[in-house]
Amino acid sequence: MDLKQNYFELFQSEPGFDLDLSELANRYRELQKTAHPDRFVTGTDQEKRFSAQMTSRINEGYDTLKHPLKRAVYLLDQADVEIEHNPTLDPMFLMEQIELREEMEDIGEAGEDGLPRLDEFRSKGKAVLASLEAEFVKAYPASLPEAEQTVYKMQFIHKLLSEAKQLEERILDY
Amino acid sequence: MALLQITEPGQAVDPHEKKRAAGIDLGTTNSLIASYRGGELVTLPDHDGEHLLPSVVRYLADGGEEVGKLALANARKDSANTVSSAKRLMGRGVEDVRRLGEQLPNTFVVDSKGDDEAGMPLIEVVGGRQVSPVEVSASILKALAQRAEESLAGQLDGVVITVPAYFDDAQRQATKDAARLANLNVLRLLNEPTAAAVAYGLDSGAEGVVAIFDLGGGTFDISLLRLNQGVFEVLATGGDSALGGDDFDQAIAEWIITQAGYTDKISVQQFRGLMTEARAIKEQLSTAESVTVDIHEESLSFTGALSRADFDALIEPMIAKAIKACRRAVRDADVELTEIFSVVLVGGSTRVPAVVNAVGKYFECEPLNSIDPDRVVALGAAIQANVLVGNKSDDDMLLLDVLPLSLGLETIGGLAEKVIHRNTAIPVSKAQEFTTYKDGQSAMLIHVVQGERELVSDCRSLARFELRGIPPMVAGAAKIGVLFQVDADGLLSVSATELSTGIQAQVEVKPSYGLSEVEITTMLKASFEHAAQDVETRSITEARVDAVRVRDAVKNALVVDGKRLLTKEELKVIEAKITALDAVLDSKKSREIIEHMEALAKATDEFASRRMDDSVRSALSGRSLDEMES
Repeated sequence: MDLKQNYFELFQSEPGFDLDLSELANRYRELQKTAHPDRFVTGTDQEKRFSAQMTSRINEGYDTLKHPLKRAVYLLDQADVEIEHNPTLDPMFLMEQIELREEMEDIGEAGEDGLPRLDEFRSKGKAVLASLEAEFVKAYPASLPEAEQTVYKMQFIHKLLSEAKQLEERILDY
Repeated sequence: MALLQITEPGQAVDPHEKKRAAGIDLGTTNSLIASYRGGELVTLPDHDGEHLLPSVVRYLADGGEEVGKLALANARKDSANTVSSAKRLMGRGVEDVRRLGEQLPNTFVVDSKGDDEAGMPLIEVVGGRQVSPVEVSASILKALAQRAEESLAGQLDGVVITVPAYFDDAQRQATKDAARLANLNVLRLLNEPTAAAVAYGLDSGAEGVVAIFDLGGGTFDISLLRLNQGVFEVLATGGDSALGGDDFDQAIAEWIITQAGYTDKISVQQFRGLMTEARAIKEQLSTAESVTVDIHEESLSFTGALSRADFDALIEPMIAKAIKACRRAVRDADVELTEIFSVVLVGGSTRVPAVVNAVGKYFECEPLNSIDPDRVVALGAAIQANVLVGNKSDDDMLLLDVLPLSLGLETIGGLAEKVIHRNTAIPVSKAQEFTTYKDGQSAMLIHVVQGERELVSDCRSLARFELRGIPPMVAGAAKIGVLFQVDADGLLSVSATELSTGIQAQVEVKPSYGLSEVEITTMLKASFEHAAQDVETRSITEARVDAVRVRDAVKNALVVDGKRLLTKEELKVIEAKITALDAVLDSKKSREIIEHMEALAKATDEFASRRMDDSVRSALSGRSLDEMES
C-alpha cells in the first residue's frame, strides 16, 4: 500500500493546522466504511490483511489529526522539524509556569473548598492553549522555529491541564 | 412444485443466496442464540420452546455430557461433575481460579505440561477426565449451534459472539478458542453493551452517551458508551459481580421466615423451596400490586400477602448499591448526567418495576425496555452477524470498536510501559523501540502485559517471549523494534526485530491460559474421529474450496479493476498463475493445490494493495477539498 502518502493526503484535506473536525469525522467514517475488516469478513486472507493495515493507518491518521497537539507535532514532522525532549524555553514562559504550578498546589491544599478555583484554573489553562494554537497557525509554515517553540509551550499547558484533572480526581477521592 | 436443489458439499453456492448467520450471547448463567428466520429477527428455542440455555455442563461416567436444562436439573446431586459459570474462569490463570474456585464445587488441577510458567487451570471430573473452561464453553456453543442449524435447516456460515466490555485479551482469546473448538466461524466478537445498543438501533444517527444497565441473576454490569459516527467508545464500565436478582429472591425468602416467626434452623431443602417460591412471588409482583403468599415448607408455614411497596422496601438497599455503582461509572467516564441521552435495560432482573423507576430517576430519562431484556444482547449480535456475513450489502451499519485495556511491555524495575492506550480505535498497529540495559546483552525478554496500572505485577500478563542473538553492543546501542498489532476483535499479535541485524521473533499472543494451536488441533481431530471421515479427503476438499474462493475473488477483481490498475505484463503474470492453479484443482494432493493458491495470492499482492488504495481514495472523491477549511 501507499505508505508514503501523508495523513492529510489520506483524508484528502489541505495540510495545515486549521481543520473542520466534524468534516474530518465524516471523512474518517467514509474511509472506514470502505476499508474496515467488517467489509472483508467473507473475503480472502489477502483482502483481510490489506484491510487491517489500511484501517490501522486510517485510525492512526485520524487520531493524529483530531488532537490539536498531535496535529501540530505531525505538521512539524512533515516539515522535517524533530521535537526535542528537553527543549530550551523562553524564561518568561517558564516563570509563568512556576507560578501556575504554585497556584495549583495552593488549590490542592484547600481540598473540596478549592474545587471552584480549580474550575477557574482549568478554564484559564484552556484559554492559554487556545491562544497558543492561534500563534501556531500564524507561525506555520512561515517561521518553523517559532512554530516549534509554540508546540513546546502547548506541551507544557497540556501536562498542566492533565495534572489539574488528576488533582480534581484526588480531591473527589476516587 | 420445483424440486429443491442441493449443491455438492464444498461447491460454491449462489452468492445471492441468504447466508445463515447468528448472534450468540454466551452468558454466565444462561446463553442464547438469535438469528433472522423467515425475515424476522428472533431468538431460537429448543424442542421444548425454551429460549434460554442454562450455561451448565455435566460430565457423565460414560464420557458423554449433558448441556443446559438437564445438566442444571442434575447439578445438585452431581455437583462435582457439573460445571456452571465457566465464563468466570475463561482466560484466567491459576491464581484467579484458586480464588474463584473456593466458591465452586469442582476440583481444580493445574495443567503443568509445556513450558508455560503459568499452567492452565483444569477441572477434574468423573473418570479422571480433565476439562478446561474453554471446552466447557465450547459444549455450550455446540448446543446452541445445533439448535440454530435445526431451526435454520443448514450449517451456520458465521456467528457473532458477545463478550463483556471489560474482557481482556486472554478472555477474548479464550472465547474465540471455544468457538473454534465448537467448529464455529466467528465473524466478530462484540461487546455486550454495544450489542444491546445495536438491538435498539442506537448506532444509526444517534450521537452522545448511552448507559447500558445490565442486572442479571447474579451479576450487575453498568457500561457507559459514547456513540459518534457509529464508533462505540467504552467510556467506563463498572458494577458488582455479586449483585443480582437472586439477592431479591433471598430478601423475600428471609421476609417469609421472619413473618412466619420461624426460629428453628432452616434446612438446605427448605431454603431451596423458599427461594423457588420467592422467585415466583417476585415475578408476579412485576405486574400485580400485591401477591398472596401461602407457604408450607416442612415445619414452616405462613399465609399472608406481600405488597409491591413492601417488596420495594425489601430490595431498596440492593438497588441503592446498583445506583451507587452507576454514579461511580459516570464519574469515571467524566461525563455529565445531562449528556446521557438513553439508558438500555438488560438482564431479567430489570423487569422489577422498582429497578426501572430507580434507573429512570437517576439517569433522568425513560429507560429503554421494549425488547425482552434477556434476549436483547443476542438479538443485537444477530443484527451484526447478518450484516457481516453479507446478507445486507447496502447496509450502512459499521461498528467501530476500541481497545478495552491498555497494552504495554515490562521495562526495568517491573514497570509497565504502555504501547497502545485503552480506547484507541481498532484495528491498530504501533511500533516502539527499546534498547539493551547491559553491555554485551545478547537476549531480551519481551513481556507483554495488559492493564492501566503502572506496576507490571498489577497488570495482566499476556505473553512472554525471548529475542535471542542480539549482537554484542554497549548498553543502549541496540535498537529493538517491537510491533504490536491489534485486530478488529481486539486480539493482539506481537513481533520484535533487532533493527541492525534484522533478527526477528514473533508471537501470536496466545496467553498462558488459552489453548495452544496444537491443543486445539488435537481436540478438533478427536472430535472428527467419530465422524469417520478420511482426514486427507477432508483436507483436499477444504483446499479446493479455498483455492476456488481465492481464484474467483481474483477473477472478479480483474474484471472490475484489471485494465485500470495493471499493466498488460502484470495482467499476463496473474492470468498465468490462474491457469496454473486451475490445472492442479483436481489433484489428489492438498499440498499441491495450496502451493498454487499461495503463488496466486503472492502474485496478486501488489494488485490487491493498489485496489485498497484506490477504493479509499475514491471513497472521498465526492467531497471537495475546501469543505475541510474551517
